[in-house]
Amino acid sequence: MQIVLKDLKRSYGALHAVNQISLFIPSNTVYGIIGKSGAGKSTLVRLISLLERPDAGEVYFDDIRVDNLTKTQLIQRRRRIGMIFQNFNLFSSRNAAQNIAYPLEITGTSKEEINKRVEQLLSLVGLEGRGKAPISTLSGGQKQRVAIARALATNPDILFCDEATSALDPQTTHSILALLKEIQRKMSLTVVMITHQMEVVRDACDQVAVLNDGVVVEEGLVADIFANPKHEVTKEFLSHLTGFDDSSADKMVQWSKTRGAYTLRFRGGTTDQPILSKISRQVGVDFNIRAGGIQKVGDLDIGTMLVDISGSDEQRQKAIEALNQMGVVVEEEAVV
Amino acid sequence: MNSRIWMLVFDSTLQTLSMVFFSTLFSLLLGLPLGILLSATSSEDQGGIIPHPVLNNVLGRIVNVLRSFPFIILMILLFPLSRLLIGTSIGTTATIVPLSIAAAPFVARVIETALKEVDPGVVQAARAMGSTNMQIICKVLIPEALPSLVSGVTLTIINLIGYSAMAGAIGGGGLGDLAIRYGYQRFRGDIMLVAVVIILVLVEIIQVIGNKISGRLLSRR
Repeated sequence: MQIVLKDLKRSYGALHAVNQISLFIPSNTVYGIIGKSGAGKSTLVRLISLLERPDAGEVYFDDIRVDNLTKTQLIQRRRRIGMIFQNFNLFSSRNAAQNIAYPLEITGTSKEEINKRVEQLLSLVGLEGRGKAPISTLSGGQKQRVAIARALATNPDILFCDEATSALDPQTTHSILALLKEIQRKMSLTVVMITHQMEVVRDACDQVAVLNDGVVVEEGLVADIFANPKHEVTKEFLSHLTGFDDSSADKMVQWSKTRGAYTLRFRGGTTDQPILSKISRQVGVDFNIRAGGIQKVGDLDIGTMLVDISGSDEQRQKAIEALNQMGVVVEEEAVV
Repeated sequence: MNSRIWMLVFDSTLQTLSMVFFSTLFSLLLGLPLGILLSATSSEDQGGIIPHPVLNNVLGRIVNVLRSFPFIILMILLFPLSRLLIGTSIGTTATIVPLSIAAAPFVARVIETALKEVDPGVVQAARAMGSTNMQIICKVLIPEALPSLVSGVTLTIINLIGYSAMAGAIGGGGLGDLAIRYGYQRFRGDIMLVAVVIILVLVEIIQVIGNKISGRLLSRR
């Protein structure tokens, strides 16, 4: 199921939470929507999960317009959307199995059918035999697994994950993301992940849209965005991820005033070539490496490096050109 | 105290129990829908599922007015209604009418408060899964709030025991009536004492049972 958003707008009073957003979310992918708090993510997800109507604009699931459905149509449509949340939002009055059964109960599924389906779902999310467990006895990761099973009970074609891993520790996050990717492939779902964590985008998403102040500032394949981020907000997200942000950089990276400060982004094959020393010999500049690292984005390696380049302006220009020719994206930092 | 007096005490206790039982039942019948409506029509950030400020405001005011009425006056005002419904305004059965009406707004508030305590995120999840409003109320809000609802009902019953004693003052029968007619007006301190002790014991029993049920519901979570 593909999702198309056309010029969506939603404001609360003077606040334009979502200000003219158009997006194409292709079928059968994991699509990330990343933004800082207040960027409009929550509103956007409420709009596309049909919990709220937009002030203007249109939402399409495949070719069917869904933002103007009647009340009964809306309820029918929501039953084929799965949704999981940061705080799990499980029913504390029900045990794990009864939570998973809820969406089936409200659609009038027979008891035997429900029991069969609940067993399947429990084993799908790796919680065989834990059906009778009260929710309060489960760990965060297990709670999210129950929530995933509940979201998938009615065989939805779309799964929304609203900050689904933000309350979990890194290891649990990893296992939940792995589970979501596995389920996405198995069920050919369209998964939309709303997050403020770039590592979630890196580890789970195929494509990503970056949201800022209610508008999409950048979108594309995750590998492209990581190798060549264009917008300031995207770069900031990436810097948090690589540990180059202000909090960790204050001791590690101190730029000298006389030399340029650059962020180099390597992609794929370029990560295993001795690019810097080659260029250093050819052009006669020196690279001073301040920090660096390589991360996996899907099957691709994306390298990031912070360097000083010393030499004359002309030499530095040449070095940058040479880097660009080898497929390295060079960003000049504002030197303070 | 001879056996005739003890018979009197026994009859009065039964009258009190029947008054409290039926008025609890009817006040729940009146107050439960009202409480659900109050919580459902409240604003969205208060967890209302069908926000309706005007209706909410009107209902809220009615509830407040009824609650601030002194019970003894409400009872006298409701004599005609008792006569209309029961055929008389005196006696145990007739007293159930004002008792139920006096307790209903209290029940409504107690239920409203309990329902509003339910995590809005859970309600949002239920809505996102395609629940109808009725399903949200019956399958989510009420089960989730059940322990607080039980505590609320316990409180209501205890309040009604107190009110029923007051009802005795204007011909309602029961332990209150016994205490006033024999204990106060005929200077029988012993009968007064017995009536009071029985009321205290009733309150204590209800409280203990209520806490047990509520605690058991919570421990299963």
